[in-house]
Formats: sequence, structure tokens, C-alpha cells
Amino acid sequence: MDYAANIAMTLPELVLALGAIALMLVAAWGGEKATRAISIAAVFVLVGAGIALTGPASSGGYAFDGMFRADAFGTFAKVLIYIASAVAIMMAPSFFARTQGDNLRPEYPVLILLSACGMGIMVSASDMLTLYVGLELQSLAAYVLASFMRRDGRSAEAGLKYFVLGALASGILLYGISLVYGFSGTTVFAGIADAYAGTPSLGLLFGLVFVFAGLAFKISAVPFHMWTPDVYEGAPTPVTAFFASAPKVAALAMSVRVAVEAMGPATDQWRQIVIFAALASIILGAVAAIGQTNVKRLLAYSSINNVGFALIGLAAGTPEGVSGVLMYLTIYVAMTLGSFLVVLQMRGDDGQPVESIASLSGMSRTRPGLAAALAIFMFSLAGIPPLFGFYAKFAVFSAAVDAGLFPLAVVGIAASVIGAYYYLRVVKTMYFDDPAPAFAPMDNKVEGGLIALAAIFVSPAGYLLIPVIGAWTMAAARALF
Amino acid sequence: MTGFPILSVLIAVPMIAAIACLFVSANTARMLALAGTLIDFVLGIMLWMNYDIGGAQWQFVEHAPGIFGPFGWSLGIDGFALMLIMLSVFLMPICIGASWRSITTRVPEYMAAFLFTEVLMIGTFAAQDLFLFYVFFEAGLIPMYLIIGIWGGANRIYASYKFFLYTLLGSVLMFIAMLYMAKTAGTTSIPALLNYDFPAHVQTWLWLAFFASFAVKMPMWPVHTWLPDAHVQAPTAGSVILAGVLLKLGGYGFLRFLLPMFPEASGQLTWLIFGLSAVAVIYTSLVALVQSDMKKLIAYSSVAHMAIVTIGLFAFNRQGIEGAMIMMLSHGLVSGALFLCVGVIYDQLHTREISRYGGLAINMPRYAILFLFFTMASIGLPGTSGFVAEFLSLMGTYQVSTWTALLCTTSIILGAAYMLYLYRRVVFGEIKSDDVRGMVDLSAREFWLLAPIAAVVLWMGVYPESFLAPMRKDVSVLLARVDRAKPASDSNPTAGKPATVHDAAHGEAH
Repeated sequence: MDYAANIAMTLPELVLALGAIALMLVAAWGGEKATRAISIAAVFVLVGAGIALTGPASSGGYAFDGMFRADAFGTFAKVLIYIASAVAIMMAPSFFARTQGDNLRPEYPVLILLSACGMGIMVSASDMLTLYVGLELQSLAAYVLASFMRRDGRSAEAGLKYFVLGALASGILLYGISLVYGFSGTTVFAGIADAYAGTPSLGLLFGLVFVFAGLAFKISAVPFHMWTPDVYEGAPTPVTAFFASAPKVAALAMSVRVAVEAMGPATDQWRQIVIFAALASIILGAVAAIGQTNVKRLLAYSSINNVGFALIGLAAGTPEGVSGVLMYLTIYVAMTLGSFLVVLQMRGDDGQPVESIASLSGMSRTRPGLAAALAIFMFSLAGIPPLFGFYAKFAVFSAAVDAGLFPLAVVGIAASVIGAYYYLRVVKTMYFDDPAPAFAPMDNKVEGGLIALAAIFVSPAGYLLIPVIGAWTMAAARALF
Repeated sequence: MTGFPILSVLIAVPMIAAIACLFVSANTARMLALAGTLIDFVLGIMLWMNYDIGGAQWQFVEHAPGIFGPFGWSLGIDGFALMLIMLSVFLMPICIGASWRSITTRVPEYMAAFLFTEVLMIGTFAAQDLFLFYVFFEAGLIPMYLIIGIWGGANRIYASYKFFLYTLLGSVLMFIAMLYMAKTAGTTSIPALLNYDFPAHVQTWLWLAFFASFAVKMPMWPVHTWLPDAHVQAPTAGSVILAGVLLKLGGYGFLRFLLPMFPEASGQLTWLIFGLSAVAVIYTSLVALVQSDMKKLIAYSSVAHMAIVTIGLFAFNRQGIEGAMIMMLSHGLVSGALFLCVGVIYDQLHTREISRYGGLAINMPRYAILFLFFTMASIGLPGTSGFVAEFLSLMGTYQVSTWTALLCTTSIILGAAYMLYLYRRVVFGEIKSDDVRGMVDLSAREFWLLAPIAAVVLWMGVYPESFLAPMRKDVSVLLARVDRAKPASDSNPTAGKPATVHDAAHGEAH
């Protein structure tokens, strides 16, 4: 295959990488003054990458001798990743404007671009080594982002924790990859799948377990979730929103691809791991969230909980299941970004961010619109119809029931009731409690617009999009099978 | 009327009014809500007038498949749904009227929550798609949670949580069962599923999953404990709608899903229904007898009355099912009216303690008369709807299980005991305190809230045919469907000579 075709298939990643490098150069000479321009340019680079997706990048097949696969599945995940990244860039300026001494520096959008590039490689990787390179590119950018507020102790702690535990996870993953390579003789997914056909050897099974442990770490599934609450709490809020959305999509999509493309013949083996991780995440995410008083920690546990639900779709191991995972992620990204955008509006009179759930008290009276939006996100995260979050659960549970996984479906859905409790607690605080001092008024039209957009998407109006998104996720899922 | 999507309009009118309510002032919101519910009531009357009794099983059908992906917007009603929709649209303006003065804080949101509730109730009864039904059914939790939590009494937060989580836990299992049914039968259309035969062993599991949901909603003993809490804490209109319509969702679910979709399982598990219902009747009636809180007393009486509904439904015969339906309608009206009666005096004295009142007959004669009328209707005095309901249900049950009928008939005696005891303590006797002496009789508004209900209760008691006629054909369809799984009767009617018509019919069935 000639080089031009390879480049055409990896065009989105190239756009992102070159764009990031160019902007970094601008930043080097422009300094902090250029931050605003670079942020805007970064959003346009993401848009450009999105446009580049429409070409051969969405359906070209294998590039670089099977190292990279451009297909509908990767494209769908990338669209979500780019949207989430763009929102993370857009929500940053007003947050950093209020921090003490930590200004928004031009590295922020550049790091997000690099991270997005890494995520694009992750979801399109069809070789273990491509996957690892993409993962590390994403992770290294993310470690820096987590500790972006240099003068803030919690932020530095979050960055360090994320780095140490992330490095450990990468090590576990790499160990698994080396085992798989050792026993199958290849790192290409198609070759690995051949090795898993028939009765896999013990070494291959060990490799599978380690690979899944590493992946579970990246998607923060129980029992590898412990870094999530600390990192989410410590990182600057826009970065937390980013962590909870884009890398989560990327890591889950990557896990799905590894599970289905590389280890598809060993479905019965990994299904046990996925079922355990799914149920443990749902239950722990729900139970541990109950005692939280910090809204960012609450959302961290909520993200653990949601990953569990998404994994239910993967456990089904069918095209419907994968389509359900993508549908879940689509709706989850909207709910999460919306929730974090609301968290961003939680500022005291002095403009400083507040994060306690108690400070939301009586918000329905002081800021009715914002309270209604957060209530929509919370009910939706709890999966209560008629909000769109219900359809997310519908998609994954439907796939699980079709695959005959009744115990998983019953336990999972019953545990979702526990989760409903803490989402309700937020609504209760906003609607039933006496008003606390009102938050400072919103001064950013972009954020207000994004919140409204997310709320409308999650509202019952979103159901009208099901045929469109459903057809798209199904086409994406079919690309893997 | 052909071509006019009246059911969609019924759903859309309160929906639009609800959204509009959020953006206007308190007084405008009140007017808007009243207008919206009255328009819906008029539409409901048009629906009933145009309903072709004895015509097609499903009427006013609207079908837009696939607009929500795996499920579509399909609506349609039969006689059961028609009657329950009528109950909803009839009670709704009354609820708005009952909240006219007693709700003073956050009126626009309150009115919007009620209108949303109306949307969801009508949607639940009219839905012809399994998942559309579930969406409407579950969504009702959100406005009710807010109504109890924001405008409720002192312990409202506990009650709102209990209400929400209890009913949610019941429903999610039903959701899994629905997914299985949709996959196995290959359709989400309720009319199609009504004629789909699931294997008997699967039916039992599905039955239990649906039962978990509807039994909580109904509520049946022992999962009824959320109801007294929710009722006591909810504002008056909230209690009316809770008792009047939301509890009927449980009964409707039994009627629409459990019996026709899983006839074999229903036949096998009749003992469970009968057992729980008999316990409910006796236990909750006795509990009602010792309550000191008026709303709690009526809430417990609701549980007892709902048990009469369940035994009637599971009698597998015409009298039982018709009795159960009339019981649902009658209970919706009567207990709604009783909650309104409590609301009238609560608004003046701000207490529901029975012992604080007494002698109201002296200074509130009009109130005493209407309260007496509804008390009698609750007991089941002939001439009121309660009598028709209890008589038909118990007669139906007797043909299947004499023991259950015997135990459940105590509901009439115990019902008389607790209701009359309540009435005596509140209305008769001497006025004990000055604040009670200062209470004033029904205002014109309150009178016109209660009078229409009284008229309908009387109508249903004297000429129930108006309400039975639209349902008659649907009962026949249901019976034809479940007849094969009919449980054996223990009443063993001895064949005398000459053989009665009833025995001949019984012989043919076997």
C-alpha cells in the first residue's frame, strides 16, 4: 500500500499532532498573551480533525501493514473524543481566570490536543504496540494536565498520584502484552485472534488477564479504581471534566476493540472478568458515593458506576452489545460534561470555586435554570425515564438480556437503584433544602449555552435522535465483527 | 373523529401547559393549570362520547413505529384504559382547585409538576408499546418525588426517598422482564404480546418480575409501607392524585400485563395473591383502626381496598374483574374525596391529629354531610359506588375461593368500624377547643370540588351500567384469554335439579 493512502487514513491524527506542534511553537514565542488565540485555534484544529474523519479515515481499513485500522468504530469514538476535548478547552478560561496565581497557559489546549491525538491512536490501534504508544501519549499529556495548577497542593498531588498509578497500570498492561506476544508470536490483533482460537494456552490466558487488568485501570473499573476519586477531586475542574469524558471514551473503546478484535475467540474467558468488573463497579460506585460530600468526588464515583454499566454491553460480546456501549458513552459524555459545567458555575461571592454538595442547597430558588439542568443530569445519570440516560441503560441491558446474561442484568439493574439514591440526594439538596448563599452569577455565555445544549440532548427530546445515533453506533459496532 | 389524534392531544395539552407554567407568575400559573386540565377534561368527555362501545378492541389507535429506535409512539385505548383516563382527567382539575390557596410557595413549579403527572398518567394508560408504557410509568416518579419533597409536611424528605426508591426497585425488575419479552416475542406491541404465549416456566419468572413492580405500586401487603408515609407527607392534592390515580397504575398493570400475558402463571400463583390480599384486608384494616392521624388512616384503608381489587382480578370471572375495575374507579373517587375532606380542615387548623377535632357537625354542617357521604361510600353502603365494587369483587371471589371471600368480606365490617370511628371522633361529639369552634364551613370553592365527586359516586352506585358498558367486551376478551388457566374452584356448587344456567356454563368450560 502506498504511503499516500496510509496518510489519508491517519489524517485526523496527523492534523492533531501537527496542529499541536505548530501551536506549541506559537506558544513558545507568543507566551501567555497568546493563550486565548491558541485555545480558539485548538478548537479549530479539533474541528479540522473531525472533518478529516470524513475521508478514508472512517472506512479505509488497515494502514501501515495492519498496525492501524481506520473504521467506523474508531470514527464514532473519535467524534465523541473530539467533542469532549473541545468542550474541555472551552470551559477552561473562566475557571483559570479565578484561580489564585495559576493562569491558563497556552500549554493547556496543546496538551489536550496531544492527548486527543493519543486517544485517536488508541481507538484505532489494531496492534498492541500502536495501542501502547497511543495510550502513553494520552496518559503523559493527562498527567501534566492533572497537575496544571502548580500552586495548588491538591492539583500536584492529583498529578503525582495519577502518574504513579498510571505508570503501574501501563506496566501491568505491557506485561500482559509481552505474555500475549510471547505465546502468540505476534502483536497484530488479527494474529492474536488466531492464537486464541481453539483452546488457548495458559500463557495466553495469563496474558489476557493482565491486559484486562491494565485496561480496567485505564477505564477506572473496580478493583482498579482507587485513583479516580483523588485525581478527580484534585485536578482543576475543566481537567476533571476532560478526564471523565474523553479518555474514558477512548479507554473503553480501546478495551472493546481489544476484547472483540484481538481476543474475540476467547470471549468466554474474558466475559467472566468483564462481568465481575461491571458488577463490582456498579455496586462500589453506587455504595461508596453515598457518603461523599464533595461534588467532584461524587461525580468520580458516578463515573465508576457508569463504566460498570457500559461494561455490561461489552459483556454481551455481540454487535448489539458494542453498539450499546457506544450509545451509553454518547449519552454519558453529554451527562458528565453537563454536570461538570454546572459544577464550574459553583462559585462563592469572592469568585472562588466551592465544591461541597451542601453549597448547592436551595439552588432551585436562587438559580432555577441551573438547578433544573443539574436535576436533569442527575435523574438522567440515575437512568430514570423519560430522560435520555434511561435509553443508555436500555441499550446495554437489552444487549445483555439478548445474550442470555440474566443474572448480570438483574443484579446490575437492582444495584442501579442504590445509585439512584445519591443522585436523588443532589436533587434533594437543590430542591428541598433551604437556600444557601447564592453562587456568583454566570458571566460566560459559552458555558451557559453548552449547559443548555447538554440538557436538551439529555431531555426527552433526545429520544428523537435514537434512530440516527442508533444506526450509527450499530454500523460502528458491525465494523468490529 | 377519525384521523384526529385525540390521545396525543390529550397528552400534549398538559405538557404544553406545564412548560408554559414554568415561565409565568403564580397567579397566571394557577389559571393556566386550571385551563389545561379543564381542556383535558373536555377532551376526555369527547373521548368517552366517541368511544364505540362493543366496537373494535383498540380504538383511537395512533401508530408511529420506530421514531424512538427500538420502540415507537403508539397509543390506543380499550374500555379499561378509557375509564382510567376519565378518572385521571376528572380528578386533575379538582387537584388544581384544591391547591388554589393552600399552596403559596413556588406555585409555577407546583402546577408544572401536576401537569407533568397528568401527562404521564394518560400516557401510561394509553401506551400500546411496551417500552413507551415503561417510560410513562417510571417517569411518574419524578414529579411525584418533587411534589412530596418540596411541598410536603415535616418529614417529607424521608417520605420522598422512600416513595422513590421503593417504587423504583420494584420497577427495574419489570424492565428486565420487558427486555426479555421484547426479544423473545420479537415485538414491543402490547396488543400483539397480549396474544403471545410464553412457555409456562418462563411465565412464572416474568410474572414475578411484573408482580414486583405492580405490587409495590398497588400497594399490596407487605410492600405497602411507603404509602402511609407518602400520603401523610404529601400536600392534599398530592395525596388525591396518589390515591386517585397513581395507585391505579398497579391495578391496571395486573389487568393489562399479568393476567392476559401470563395466564398460566397467574392461575398457578393465585394463592399468593389471595393470601397476601386476605392478610392485607385484615391487617391494614386493624392498623387503620388505631391511627391517630387522619391521612394515615385513609392511607391504610386504601391498602385494604386495593386488596379487594386484586382478589377480584384474580377471580378469573366476569364479576370479579368488573368489580375490581369499579373498585379502582370508586376508590379513586372516594379516597380522593376523603383526602380533600381532610385537606379542608387541615388548611384551617394545620393538624391531622384526630383528637384535636370533634363536634364539627355543629359549626360545619355542609362539610359534615359531604364527609358522611364519602365515609359511607368508603364503607360500601348500597347506593354508592363502593357497594357495587365490593359486592361484585367478593361475589366473583366466592366462586373461586370461599375462604378468601370469607376473609376479605371482613373488609366491610372492619371498614365500617374504622371509618365510622373516624367520623365520630372528628364530626360528632362536643366542640372541645376554641380554635375548632372558630372553624368555618366549606367555602364555595371547596364545595364545588367535592360536589362533582359526590355526584359521580352516586351515579356509579345507582347506575353502574354507564361505567361497565365500555368495559364489558374487554372483560370478555380477557376471560377468553385466561379461561384455560382458570384455577379450580373450592366452592363446589352442588348440581341440583334442574341444573342452573351457571352449572351448565361451568360444565362446558371443562
